[in-house]
Formats: sequence, C-alpha cells, structure tokens
Amino acid sequence: MKAYFVIIGILLFPLTALAVDPGEILKDSKLEKRARAISKGLRCVVCQNQSIDDSDAQLARDLRILVRNRILVGDSDTAVLDYVVSRYGDFVLLKPPVKGVTLVLWFGPVLITLAGLIGLILFYRRQKIRLNNLIQLNNKGQKN
Amino acid sequence: MIVEIGHFSLILALFIAGLQGTLPIIGAHRNNHSLMAVAVPAAIIQFILILGSFIALTYAFLVSDFSVINVASNSHTAKPILYKISGVWGNHEGSMLLWALILAGYGAAIAAFGKNLRPSLKVRILGVQALIGTGILAFIILTSNPFLRLTPAPLNGNGLNPLLQDPGLAFHPPLLYLGYVGLSLTFSFAVAALIEGRVDAAWARWVRPWTLAAWGFLTGGIVLGSWWAYYELGWGGWWFWDPVENASFMPWLAATALLHSAIVSEKRDSLKAWTIFLAIMAFGLSLLGTFLVRSGVITSVHAFASDPTRGVFILLLLMVTIGGAFILFAWRGPTLKSSGLFQPVSREGGLVINNFLLTVAAASILLGTLYPLFIDVLELGKVSVGAPYFESVFVPMMIPMIAIMGIAPLLKWKRGDFKTALEKLKLAIVVSVIGGLLVWVLIDRASALASLGMTISLWLFVATFTELAVRIKLFKGSLRESIKHLCRQPRASWGMTFAHAGLAITIAGITASSSWKVESIQVMKFGDQVSVAGYNYTLKNVREIQGPNYMALRGTFIVNKGNNINWILEPEKRFYSNPVMTTTEASIRPTFFGDLYAVIGDKDEKSGGYITRIYFNPLVPWMWAGAIIMVLGAGISLTDRRHRVGAPSSNRVPVPEISANE
Amino acid sequence: MNSRWPYYAPLIILGVLVSYFAASLGQNPAEVKSVLINKTVPEFVLPPIEGNFNGFSSSDLKGDIVLVNIFGSWCFACRIEHPFLMQLKETNTIPIYGIDWREPDRTAGPKWLKKYGNPYTRIGDDPKSLGAIAFGVTGAPETFIIDKNGIIRFKHIGPITKKNWDKTFKPILEELEKK
Repeated sequence: MKAYFVIIGILLFPLTALAVDPGEILKDSKLEKRARAISKGLRCVVCQNQSIDDSDAQLARDLRILVRNRILVGDSDTAVLDYVVSRYGDFVLLKPPVKGVTLVLWFGPVLITLAGLIGLILFYRRQKIRLNNLIQLNNKGQKN
Repeated sequence: MIVEIGHFSLILALFIAGLQGTLPIIGAHRNNHSLMAVAVPAAIIQFILILGSFIALTYAFLVSDFSVINVASNSHTAKPILYKISGVWGNHEGSMLLWALILAGYGAAIAAFGKNLRPSLKVRILGVQALIGTGILAFIILTSNPFLRLTPAPLNGNGLNPLLQDPGLAFHPPLLYLGYVGLSLTFSFAVAALIEGRVDAAWARWVRPWTLAAWGFLTGGIVLGSWWAYYELGWGGWWFWDPVENASFMPWLAATALLHSAIVSEKRDSLKAWTIFLAIMAFGLSLLGTFLVRSGVITSVHAFASDPTRGVFILLLLMVTIGGAFILFAWRGPTLKSSGLFQPVSREGGLVINNFLLTVAAASILLGTLYPLFIDVLELGKVSVGAPYFESVFVPMMIPMIAIMGIAPLLKWKRGDFKTALEKLKLAIVVSVIGGLLVWVLIDRASALASLGMTISLWLFVATFTELAVRIKLFKGSLRESIKHLCRQPRASWGMTFAHAGLAITIAGITASSSWKVESIQVMKFGDQVSVAGYNYTLKNVREIQGPNYMALRGTFIVNKGNNINWILEPEKRFYSNPVMTTTEASIRPTFFGDLYAVIGDKDEKSGGYITRIYFNPLVPWMWAGAIIMVLGAGISLTDRRHRVGAPSSNRVPVPEISANE
Repeated sequence: MNSRWPYYAPLIILGVLVSYFAASLGQNPAEVKSVLINKTVPEFVLPPIEGNFNGFSSSDLKGDIVLVNIFGSWCFACRIEHPFLMQLKETNTIPIYGIDWREPDRTAGPKWLKKYGNPYTRIGDDPKSLGAIAFGVTGAPETFIIDKNGIIRFKHIGPITKKNWDKTFKPILEELEKK
C-alpha cells in the first residue's frame, strides 16, 4: 500500500513531517481560507494522488508556503494556480482544466448519459411494439 | 517441510482446477453424467488443497520461518501475533493466495449447498469457477509464488509496513476479497447460463443470494478500508477517489445495479440480457481492480510494488475470462427473450432508472480513473484526475437516483401511478423540504449542496419508512392488524428497508462531515486549552511510551463541555523501527452529533510545546452506522426463505401480461 | 431491437481497454515530463551556501551552455551520481550549477561537498524549495540542460551515469554547440 512510495520517499525525498503546521497558517483567516482551497486542488507531486493540503511531504509543505506567499503578494487564485502550473504542468491540478486533451474526460459522462438515454428510449419503444402486437393477437383471438 | 507441503498442495490444486474446469463442461455438453460428476468432488478437493496451502503459509508466518522469501520480506519476530497472521495477506503473493482460497471457497459452497440447482447449470457454474481458478493459480505459481525459499535465511525479517499493523486493516483485505471474489460466482452463473442459453426466473432467484452475499462483504470491506483511512491518516479524510478506491467502488456500483436488475429478471421475466451483462461486468471490474493494483500502470497510494510480468499475466487473464464471456454474450445474448412488459412509470421502470444511473456513474468513474493512463499512452501529456472531478460527476447523478429510490418502491409493478405515489409521500416531501430549509437557514447559508444533501437524506429516510407503513397498512386498519402485517413482512423486504434507510443515514453523515468539519491546528504547551466546536481541550501532558514493536509519543487531552463531560483523549505518534516509519494514531471519541478527533504531532522546538490538531467531524458516526445497517439489510435479506439456496424452484411459467386500456 | 450490435458493444469496449492497458504496461506512471522544456528558466534568487560567497540566481544562466543539478546531502542517489559530476568537472566538460535542496541544517551541504568534492561552479542554498519549485522538481537528483539564451532544453530525472550521459546528454549538447 502506501509503503511502496514511502520506501522510495526515503531514497528520493527529504524526510517528512506532518501536514499543515501551525507556523504556516496565515493570520488573515479570509486569506487562509483561500490558501486552503487552492491547496486542496493542487496535487502533491512527490506523493501521487494526494493534495498538498493533505500531504506530509516536505515539498508539499514548501508549496503550501509558496501558495500563501503568492496570496500575500496579492495574486488572485487563478494567478497562484498558473504560477504552479507553469512549473509543474497540468499534472498538478487535481481538477483538470477543460481543454483539448480533457474534452473526452469532461464531456464523456454527458455522452455516456446520452447513450444510456437513447438505450432507454429504444428499450421502451420495443416494449410498446411488443405490447401492441400482443393486443392485436389478443383481439384476433377474441374475434375467433 | 510444511512449506513444501503447502507448495505441493498448491500445484495439485492447479491440476484439480484444470480438470474441474474442463471435464464437467464437456460432460454437460455431451450429457455424460460421469464427467459431470467430477465437478462436485473436484470443487471440494480443490478448496481443501488451497486451504492446506494457505495454512502452510500462515504457519510459516507464525513461526517466523525466514527461509521463506515472503516471510522474510514481510514479517518480523517482534510483531504481535495478529499481525503475523494478517501479514500473510499484507503482501502481493499472500494476498493472491487468499484470493484463490476465497474463489475456491465459493466454488465449494456451490458444490456443497447448491443441491437445488439444475444439475447441468450447477456443473457448468463449477466448471467456469474452476477455469477462473486455473488462471489465478497459474498466476500465483508462475509469477507470485509465496513459497519460494531463501538461502541463507536471514536472522530476522523486514517487518510489515506499520500502516498495515492495525486491526481495521488486518480484516480489510479478507472482507474486500470475499466481496470482490464473491462476484466471480455471479460471473460463473452468467457464463453457465449463456452456455446453456437459458435464463429464467429460477436462474435469477439462484443468483440473487450470492450477489447479495458478495455485495454485503464488498460493502463491509470498502467501509472498513474507509474507516481505517479515517482514523489512521490523521486528519479525518475517509474517501480520496484514489484509483484503487475507485477500483473497489466500481464493482460495488455494478453489483448494486445487478441486485436490482435481478429482481426484475426474477419477478417480471425481463431485463435478462442486461442482468447477465451486469453479472459479467461486476466481476470484470473486480479483475480490472486487481490489474490496476498489481501491475503498476496507475500510481496510487495503495499500489503493491509493481511488476510488469504480473501485469501482463493479469491482463491476459482479464482478456480471456471477460473477453470470453463477452463473446458468449454477443452470441447468446440476442436469443435471451424477455416476456415481461412494463410502462416507464412502474416498479420495474424505477429499477431500470436505478440501473441506468448506477451504470452511467460507474462508467464515468471508470473513464476518470483510466483517463490519465489513456492520455499517457497517446503521449498527449500528463493529467491528474482527482477528487474534484469525481465529485462533480458523481454527485449530480446520485441526486436523481436518491429521489427515485424514494418513489419507486411505492409504484406498482407493470404500470404505476406517479401521482398516487407522490400523494403517499406527502410527509417525506414536507419533512425533507423543511429540513433542508432549516439546515440552510440555521446552519450553513454558504453551501446549497449541503442543504440539498440533507434534503435527499431526509427524503430517502422518510420515504423508506412510508413505504413500510403502506405495506403494513398503517392507519388503514387497526394497529393490531398493522403489527400483524409487520411481523409477516418477508425478510427480503426488510432487507430493502434496512439498506435504503442505512443509505439515507450514510448520506447525512457524508454531507455533514464534508461540509461542516471544524479544524484547529496549533502549538500547545502543557496546560494550554483550545475550544473546538464547543468542547474545551486541555493538553495535560505528553509521555514517551514503549509499545510491543514501537516507541510512541502519547499526548493526553482532557476534554470538557459544561460540567457533565470529562473525557480523556490520548492520541499517539508511533515510531516503528522494522521498517523505519512513523504513524499517527488519532484518538477519537464518537458522540451522537459527531466525532471528537485529536492528533498529536511533533515537538515545536521554539516554544517547547507540541503541535496538536483537533477536529470535530460532524455526523461521521452516522456514516459508519448507516453502512452497518446496509450490510445488516443484506444479511437479513439472505435469511429470507426464498433466498435460501435450498429453496424449491418455482414452477411458475412467466406469461406475458397485457395491461388494460392500452 | 432487431440488430445484434448492442451485444457486441461490450466486446469492442473491452478490446479498446485491453489494448490501452497493454500499451501502458511498459510505462512508468510516476515519470512526469517537464512543461518547462524550451522555456526560459523562471526567475529565482538563491543565497550562497555557508562558506561560499556566490549564490545562484536565474540571471546567472545566460551566455553559456550549462547543467543545473539539484542535490542534497540527504539524497542517497545524489551520492551515487556524485563521482560522475566530479569527473565532468575535472575534464572541464561543462559548467555545473548546483541547487542545494532542503538541507536539514546550514552546515550539512558544505560538509557533504567537503567530504566528496565540489563539482559546482555556483551553488544556491535552497532550504524552502524556491529553486526546486522554479524548476518544477519532484525529487533529487534532477539535472537540466540550459542553452546560451537561458532556455531549458532537457530534463533528466535520477542520477547521471556514464551510460545515460553518452546516450542522451552528449547528443543534445553537441546539437546545442552547433547553433
């Protein structure tokens, strides 16, 4: 389970401490709230599938601090995200942006839903045809 | 010596599985009774052999026989006995052996208890089950043999990952596999039925209890894993939409859909091909999960150390079993004629919508889980698909689903009346709307989604009990009569009531815990006090303690609220040396309205205090309670006379019925 | 429905999935290609490590073809790579700029370099990962080739060895020299 990455972690990454630490927290609670929201959407690049907000890796911590510093400098939320994306790529965004490569991802569920709906309509249409056939058969039977 | 016996017994099991997978199927085809007779004893012998092999490996772990590579790399003499045992399946090879054991166990169960199954169907089921077994056993022996020796034997082993040294996680894999692998049986039922070309009400009735059992175990396994994450990862998260979590969730969704479509197949002789398809899919998704976890194609916090040869083998297995089943499906599927007719607004119609939404949800999760892989293979770059994606896709599908779950059980079979059903649900509508509004006004005006979550939870809960009240004719006659009706309710209906009500409670827990969690992170010195969600936490002291195979920092918090409450919370931070690792052990005090959750962190060198994290996780106990109620529902349903494996088969021949005035 | 095609759909979807899986088996999902390739190095300023006078900042990366190497005394793989970097220095192959990443304390990096030798022309001390994040680093060691205009041309993850030097680094450097 997690061990596999932890073992690599010992070799490749600085030693770990716990996630968000009291020293990092911004005094302005409004800004802190923004920082937390941004951190939750950024992937910890050394731990895979964890946001930097949940991660206890050092690099995640440094990224959290960086996010807070950018906010203090006056960057908007998108500017902060752009800053990180320009260095690590879309890979760091846990919610992938809607663009060429992710069109299938974002519109796939809509297409799947539509395909399912078409299937449903066809199913009920066929049921109706069979029902009508049965009624006709039945009527014939009664006439005889 | 015992290890060699285990090894030999495994090879023998492969041989038996090979026989069991071929002779009975040929026998059933030629109507050769002596070949068919091989199936039952073979299934039982195969199970006993694998059991022997499993016991041998467990023995090697118990006596710490480090001349076995698997034991040396996953165990340690200083480990508590429970974790020596759970260490057997805490690694790739051992867990595959458990997989094979459970697979053969289900086969043996059919052999022993499936006396009322049509003989031709029964031997074919056992044959298909053994074909899967052959593949899995060959996989173990060729690529993941847990019995390989190591010379010279090391003096001690590497130990088990401390994160896995936990009672919750010790039982998570067996439960999960009982669920995952239980779906192999529904798969075998489906393939056997396709070979026979015959799917009738009796088939659907036979397949239901097995699906139900697998579903119950799978639910339990998923919840146990989630519960573990909740208390072990140290901040109260319980679901991460990690690829491997999704890999267990997709078969769950498919199995849930299957449970419901099998009802329609049994009672109304309809949706047969669809039910067969779901039975194949549910197991297909289980195999897919196995592939994802063990091949290393996807990065996950859960991944076992990856090995491409294993990946190739499982992929082949997936291709042959599921591909084979789908070829049969393409060939036989169109001949499975359904006779039952129904209107879109009807009980069946509701179940169809349920299946539609569950399937679309499972397909969307599959798309999201595999998308990074697709993009990577096509060399279009790297993307991450994380929780925000899955939430924004899954939640909108579940809202209509819950809405329909409230109404559908009140609709009549074949042709229901929407208006009448809604009239019966007046109470549910009023309660849920008012409840949702109250949540919005009193608790949280920022999140419409939280109010909506509470609304649908209330709606489902009240609607489920309204349905029960309608069934027992509450307030329609005397109370005594209603109680009489209540006692006569079939267990299967109770199962539904429990499962649906449990889900309602779980939804309330999920909504509250993800919307209104309170968090407080700070440095505390001894005697310092913080207030979180109305509870006052005082850090009394932090001591070093010695565990069986770890050292720990244990913090003691005194929690007060008013004069009545005086609780002690003692979170730990543990330092393991075999292998080197630290873990956090949160201390949790459940209350009706939520969990008090405290974590102790490192010492803050500057101030001499300790970093503490204190959370209030609202309604989290409801989440677990709801899940347990759902599993109970499955258990109650299983005791229904009609679901018993030995129940006499019905002779009812479904006749197409014509609804009036059409 | 008269047509049989819906019954073939699962088979087709399975076929597509399996071929994707087959193609993906050889790949390493953890390996991430840098988006910084062919872009100018983002701005950063790093102070010198203890005992040095020169720090390292993005403005130093103009005029020469250089390597930028991320290392740390805690990093086991950096130890493996180190002798090869020393060899590059001794043969005057290419200037190497170092980012000393996340040392446990200020003396650890200088001590390590004293013990094993210092192959770096300039070293920046990077306790807060500012340099590492500028380069989009995910672990150490990582090495970048920067051209004369300060543009990142190549990223290598893991230790440099004689083998991968000859195979990947050399051709890229030769190509850049020609321009």
